[in-house]
Amino acid sequence: MFSLSRFLAVMVKEFVQMRRDRVTFAMMVGVPIMQLFLFGFAINSDPKHLPTLIEMADEGPITRAILMGMKASDYFDFVGTVTGQAEGDRALRDGTADFVVVIPPRFERDVVRGLNPQILLAADASDPAAAGGAVAAISGIVTQAMADTLTGPLKFAAARPPPFSVAVHKQFNAEGRTSTNIVPGLLGIILSMTMVLITSVAIVRESEKGTMETLIATPARPAEVMLGKILPYVLMGYIQTIVFLIAARLVFDVPFVGSPLAFFVGFNLFIVVNLALGFLVSTVARNQMQAMQVSFFLILPSILLSGFMFPFAGMPGWAQVLGSILPTTHFLRLTRKVMLKGATLTDIRPEMLAIGLIMLVIVTIALRRYRQTLD
Amino acid sequence: MIEEAENAISVRGLTKIFGDRKVVDNFDMDVPKGSIYGFLGPNGSGKTTTIRMMCGLLTPNGGEGQCLGYDIRTEPDRIKANVGYMTQRFSLYEDLTIRENLDFIARMFGMKGRRKVVKDALADLGLSDRANQLAGTLSGGWKQRLALAACLLHKPRLLLLDEPTAGVDPKARRDFWDEIRALSAQGVTVLVSTHYMDEAVQCDFIAYIAYGKKLIAGPAAEIPDMIGLQTWRVEGPNLTALEAELRATEGVAQVARFGAVLHVSGIDAAALDKVAQAQIAKGTHSWTKQKGGLEEAFIYLMTGVRDNFAINGPANGPAAAEGQA
Repeated sequence: MFSLSRFLAVMVKEFVQMRRDRVTFAMMVGVPIMQLFLFGFAINSDPKHLPTLIEMADEGPITRAILMGMKASDYFDFVGTVTGQAEGDRALRDGTADFVVVIPPRFERDVVRGLNPQILLAADASDPAAAGGAVAAISGIVTQAMADTLTGPLKFAAARPPPFSVAVHKQFNAEGRTSTNIVPGLLGIILSMTMVLITSVAIVRESEKGTMETLIATPARPAEVMLGKILPYVLMGYIQTIVFLIAARLVFDVPFVGSPLAFFVGFNLFIVVNLALGFLVSTVARNQMQAMQVSFFLILPSILLSGFMFPFAGMPGWAQVLGSILPTTHFLRLTRKVMLKGATLTDIRPEMLAIGLIMLVIVTIALRRYRQTLD
Repeated sequence: MIEEAENAISVRGLTKIFGDRKVVDNFDMDVPKGSIYGFLGPNGSGKTTTIRMMCGLLTPNGGEGQCLGYDIRTEPDRIKANVGYMTQRFSLYEDLTIRENLDFIARMFGMKGRRKVVKDALADLGLSDRANQLAGTLSGGWKQRLALAACLLHKPRLLLLDEPTAGVDPKARRDFWDEIRALSAQGVTVLVSTHYMDEAVQCDFIAYIAYGKKLIAGPAAEIPDMIGLQTWRVEGPNLTALEAELRATEGVAQVARFGAVLHVSGIDAAALDKVAQAQIAKGTHSWTKQKGGLEEAFIYLMTGVRDNFAINGPANGPAAAEGQA
């Protein structure tokens, strides 16, 4: 005996309240878009133009070719020269430079004589991600520069090519753009954050303000109230997602090569699991402040352990287990699979199964808790 | 519906347990149709819980009964449709306008001709021109009137008022009671819980509850006799000093001051008479014996058991569960 009119009444009421609560409204619409642009543009896991100093104890055509090559790679910006190791160390410590390139004395002559001299690239590796790309690129740059310079009579000094070569084929994100990876992930994070937070707060608000008493004194059924309260936020999630997809396409040029149906199904499943989570939070929290705190407590692991910020495979086993409990982890995989790898409905079955399982557990606990708080 | 019973509410052996605390213990009550029934008791005595069980909001752990002819255990939906429940705290939406609140309630009760019902309610309230004002911006008295209007929208046959006038000024309180009287005259049964003496004396029947147990119940006029309070009326100079002296005297259960008069009461008539005779012998004040009124009875009841939490304290159970009670 589900009453459509009561359900609609609750929903209309919720929309009116949503409209009046400007801050929350802004949180739901404005902030996600702002975050998308902020993080989409700001986060770069392959930083370039890193300040570099040169200590030149020798000079010549080979040296110049190497330095030119480094500069051309865009990883290194030469900002000055140093004389002596102490000065270079200080610059690394101060943070005025991320790299110091040391060309040893008699470098050119030693190369020609085949003495295999060493160029030193001292790097500030306190942040491994910051230095990683540049360090990985340096060998290739140097080899290329040598090959271009050591021609004619000097050819004997150049490195002999290995008897085989490795062809690397970077798939799904050939240019290695961070935003291609970050933007689909960000959708999961922001959806999960707003859904859990807003649902839990909206439900807790009723009991905190005492209005729940009014509701239960009416003939309304719990299902009418819950659905009426939650559906406006589902709609909000839809709007967020549409804005996201448009921005991803037009602003960040993130491809969407997979099946829209697969995305739609997976996305709805994710919304439902987050609403259930928000509902669970609301049965734990006594007031809106607590609901907020619990929600944030849940968001942080979703950001750090889901594979959004850091590669999932890089975490130790126990952390991967923890990460697998989070619905966001599976949704991130699902979104990346569909958007970047062209997955269809059958390809995302493992993720859907995982999210479904998590949902089952959450709903069971939430309902059990809800029954207890009712009486 | 079962045949119309004499009583709007009739419950037997109602019991509610929160955690390991018995909030309501074996509670019986009959509320005659069309009466105003006062429900008295200190904070945390279980008034709210009892009211909620009687209108089907809470399931009792034990006991049974009917409300408006419907079983409180199995037919809460039918009860809700015919009962207006006004909560202790303002529990309409402060961020909705007055009109939106009324409209929402009317929708929740599935009322036909909603627009007209809401319009009439606004006119009755005298708030037609402020209909679009947010409910949260109303003063305490207006909030209370709005809350009453909201729970009368669906024309309930029984009105449950849980400390309806807490924090409302005396003028608004009087107006409120005029309205309750008018409703009662129309045949609506009213069950009201209160702390205030001036509200208790408005009731036709009174039940007094403490520690979840009913201590006394009956027609308001018979309550003083049921308690058996003897009262002396004392007039004269320097009442404050006398009051302090009498309070410390054995045989005096209570000294209540009404302006320039002291009402000195006690349960043990002989002991009280002895005190009175001794005072009369002093000749400083005039002492007259009088019939104990509801006022004294009420003060006696309210002071006899102060605050359930003060004695049976939060350490003894989930205070939070009954905190709203």
